[in-house]
Amino acid sequence: MDVMHNFELYQPGSVADAQAVLKDNPDAWIIAGGKDSLDWFKDRVKQPPALVDISGIAELHGITAQEDGGLWIGATTTLTEVAEDAAVREKFPMLAKAAGLVASPQIRNLATLGGNVAQDTRCVYYRDGFPCYRAGGNTCYANTPTAMNREHTMYEASRCVAVTPSDTAPALVALEAVMVIQRGSRQVEVPASEFFIGPEIDITRMTVLERGDILLGVKVPGKWAGSRQYFEKAADRNVWDFALVNVAMAARTEGGKITAASMVCGGVQCTPRRMSDVESLIVGEAPGAELEGLVKRVAARGARPLNFNHFKVPLMQNLAARAVRSLAV
Amino acid sequence: MAYKLIGKNFTPPDIEAKVTGAARFAEDFRADGMAHVKIWGSKMPNGRVTRIDTSAAERVPGFLAALVPDDVKQPDGAGQAILSSQPRYFGEPVVAVAAETEQAAADAIAALVVEMELLPFVVDPLESLKPDGPNAFSGGNVVGSGIDLQTVKWSGRDFALAGEGELPRGNAPLEWSFGDVEAGFAAAKVIVEESFVHASNSHHAMEPRSAAAYWEGGKCHVWGSTQSTAFAQPGLANLIGIPLSDLVFVAEYCGGGFGGKAGAYPLMALPALMSKKLGGRPCLLRVSRKEEYDNGYARGGFQGWAKLGFREDGRLIAADVFVVQDLGTTQGFPDFNNVANATSIVFQPESMRFRAVPVMTNTVPKGAQRGPGENQTANMIEPLFDKAAAELGIDRVAIRVINAPGGGGKDAKFGKAQGPVSSAYLRDAIEKGAEQFRWSERVAASRSRDGSRVRGYGVASAFHTAGSNGFDGLVRITPDGILHVHTGVGNLGTYSYASTSRIAAEVLGYDWSRVVLEYGGTARHLPWNLGQFGSNTNFTMTRTNWVAAMDAKAKLQEIAAAVLGGTPEDYELRDERVVATADASKGISFAEAAQKAIEMGGKYSGQQLPEDINPMTIASATAMAGSGLIGVAKDTLPKVGTVPALSASFVEVDVDVETGKVDIRECLTVADCGTVIHPMGLAAQVRSAAVMGFGLAHTERHIYDPAYGRPNARALYLSKPYSILDVPADGLHWAAVDQPDFENPMGMKGIGEPIQGSASAALICAISDALGGHLFNRVPVVTDMIINAAEGMPQSHKPLATNTV
Repeated sequence: MDVMHNFELYQPGSVADAQAVLKDNPDAWIIAGGKDSLDWFKDRVKQPPALVDISGIAELHGITAQEDGGLWIGATTTLTEVAEDAAVREKFPMLAKAAGLVASPQIRNLATLGGNVAQDTRCVYYRDGFPCYRAGGNTCYANTPTAMNREHTMYEASRCVAVTPSDTAPALVALEAVMVIQRGSRQVEVPASEFFIGPEIDITRMTVLERGDILLGVKVPGKWAGSRQYFEKAADRNVWDFALVNVAMAARTEGGKITAASMVCGGVQCTPRRMSDVESLIVGEAPGAELEGLVKRVAARGARPLNFNHFKVPLMQNLAARAVRSLAV
Repeated sequence: MAYKLIGKNFTPPDIEAKVTGAARFAEDFRADGMAHVKIWGSKMPNGRVTRIDTSAAERVPGFLAALVPDDVKQPDGAGQAILSSQPRYFGEPVVAVAAETEQAAADAIAALVVEMELLPFVVDPLESLKPDGPNAFSGGNVVGSGIDLQTVKWSGRDFALAGEGELPRGNAPLEWSFGDVEAGFAAAKVIVEESFVHASNSHHAMEPRSAAAYWEGGKCHVWGSTQSTAFAQPGLANLIGIPLSDLVFVAEYCGGGFGGKAGAYPLMALPALMSKKLGGRPCLLRVSRKEEYDNGYARGGFQGWAKLGFREDGRLIAADVFVVQDLGTTQGFPDFNNVANATSIVFQPESMRFRAVPVMTNTVPKGAQRGPGENQTANMIEPLFDKAAAELGIDRVAIRVINAPGGGGKDAKFGKAQGPVSSAYLRDAIEKGAEQFRWSERVAASRSRDGSRVRGYGVASAFHTAGSNGFDGLVRITPDGILHVHTGVGNLGTYSYASTSRIAAEVLGYDWSRVVLEYGGTARHLPWNLGQFGSNTNFTMTRTNWVAAMDAKAKLQEIAAAVLGGTPEDYELRDERVVATADASKGISFAEAAQKAIEMGGKYSGQQLPEDINPMTIASATAMAGSGLIGVAKDTLPKVGTVPALSASFVEVDVDVETGKVDIRECLTVADCGTVIHPMGLAAQVRSAAVMGFGLAHTERHIYDPAYGRPNARALYLSKPYSILDVPADGLHWAAVDQPDFENPMGMKGIGEPIQGSASAALICAISDALGGHLFNRVPVVTDMIINAAEGMPQSHKPLATNTV
């Protein structure tokens, strides 16, 4: 109905203040750019009694260099800032590219990196208010013989067929980033590869973030800084679209051969999917037509397409092959 | 002929307000004490309301009133209700509430208890045509313009005969033919026979159909969003239940309509009815994006079949076309008729049979959308011409040239009756476009590869009727010498309300800076004009403004003769003066003539009016009587033929066969729109039509889960129209044949609709070309379909299934 419910709005100026508010309001919802949150509220599908707007907390914003050659990116740093930052573009160009391909310019100006990795799934059934498993119900309305599953999963469906919608998530997993979370008095560091969780772990959330947690930011280690990197997003439109499938890769080459590789695929399961079969295949190999053919053989192994989404199998294979192809140049 | 204004660029008067944000749309209406209205839409695709309990809603602080279906007039037959007790599509309004604030209204809606009984529903027309298929409406499943509401079921034999993937062709309530179709097929060198699906798609108007209203002094004041200021009024008055004379209507701006706001629609009347219940208190209904998708209409989709027979030289000598149209829950719009009309005019078949079955489904009501039927025809039929060209071994431009009407259109035939057209230069447009696009040279690169990117080229044509007659023109010269052109056509955003008004200024020789356009509401004293839809405005409104200006011109000459002596024929108009032809120093200014008109009264200043003009025009002219020189007339100019807007488009794409990505590199559209009035306006129309057409061809989604009958694309990011960032910034080009139409005094005719269809179909043909001539026979051609085709994999869509893309 496009009219939000009534809620208390808190706008703390520090992480400590935010924690205090969260402690007093255990059902509060953290908001920054609001690009995921506001639709939920305007549709009244989710109606938290309180919002904690962390966009004004200075310590959560900005990009700074780390001693190991990596970068710290505050959670409320906007996607435009990530995409345009010189250091990100130099060290982690695939992250810059991923951030720059999210949604549209207007959305990227408001949306934050923290929000992009913490956002909820875009399953239309779930977001339309169907009382599904993820919404606390006892069925999946999208896992039926006639369901419209074009955008849904091919892997690890467990009472839910939704996929991760994030473009930056696969890039951060591939870069072996670490999510830094304020949990009570502790700062908890969670590898990006473990930050995203599937329905088999908890069907009601997409990440390890628990009630009261605040995602402070992301450490992108120096390990892959300056490496050969690749990000590609396959979508219906150039802008304002979620990925049908995306792929992120960091790699190093020496003497014409691939010496190290980290490759992750989004849009095919609830979490970013590490393409470990491809990684193990390509390390030690020389990029080329033969290798691309082999990559296609293994890239989508185990995929179990649903209605309308078997195109994701060749798409996943082709994107992996294109990533490897980029190393030949 | 050299014109002073025609063919020149200018800045329409509403541009600045739109650019600066000063423009006020219906949703911007505010008034002291204004109440807010919200609607409760059905959660079922087809149901019967068994209980409405407003008690909890009434306890919401700020609640004012509720309207239920029994409070409003119900439509006849399969019409669309304002509020329905038997809603037939998801989101159909059942209850409306008003409250002191929008928040309270929304809270009250959330507190409503509405119980419903689910009825059988259907979201696929072919399912409804099955022997035991459900009807979307209790009274039947088939209805349409000229087709009475009835139940049509095809036999199991009909379906079995068709086989998998072929359209069953059972009994059709509409069937006609001309020529000897069977003889044509017998003589054909190549026959192309295909079944296809064209999806429905939403209108995506940026401005949802919000409305506001209040009552004062016995009159109902309504702010609405409409394409058609004058034409919408009778329907709106009828929905509200008042005489037209009691309606005060404001519709100065329209944030997009695309046919969906062609006339009045039920939601526009809702604030007025709520306001009446509240004793006239101002009420605003703000419609959300999702509610707009639920109630904002959509283009009618098709499941169809065509068999085309070609002579060796590519001439189409026989066409047999059968379409099943998805009407949604109402009678919809007769897109099906336009499939026949478009096929007949664009391709000029020597013989043709046409059959159609318009079927209701429990999906969003279907209305006219830019090129309703004609543009689907382009998308469905043009690729078949490519297939025929390949089989005949002739060029794809050549096969279109040999069939297209051109050279003025004296030999062109239109529709079932094979009647005449007012002009036709489609062949000329194709030839001009081919030359400008360098088709022959560039098409040599067709299917060339750069890595995984494959080059493709497409050419296509489209049509829409482009003009009507019989409406009124009204102009006024006030004693300050200013020309006021009163135009009731509406301000859809094409700016043709302004450009067509320049005809009056041209006839009278006015400097444009001394012309005021009166538009946007009843207070502007509007003449009875057709709406701004159907690509008709250029033709229709230039005629009305021409006849009104000619009436003013005659009166100016008569006044000069009365003042200065001689006969009217002794005088001519020059530099906003009426001067003696023999001695230009002898004359009076238009300002003086206007003052004299007031003194003379009678027909000169609106006290006496022509007998043949519409009551709306009479009321407007009468309201202004005595305020200046009134020029007013009904368009009784000769009109014999159908007025065809025609266009041809050429598209170059790269298709990435690994990702399905389509990169549109260039598009050229050549318009057959008669004399060009406003080049910049035409350019904007051609370019934006291409953007819209590309979405129609490639990305737009209109999805219903058949298990729930609920729409799955109720957001812009889900329904995916093209944006400006999806097209090449400098790659959308335009040209015009610029040959005058024979039945318009200044040669103008419309163009707004076919330029979308030709661009859309050319893109589909270009994608198919890149993929080796692969025929998708399904529109839109979305990413997954391209990947599946490129990979040699089966498509996901069940044959002929609709509302799945």
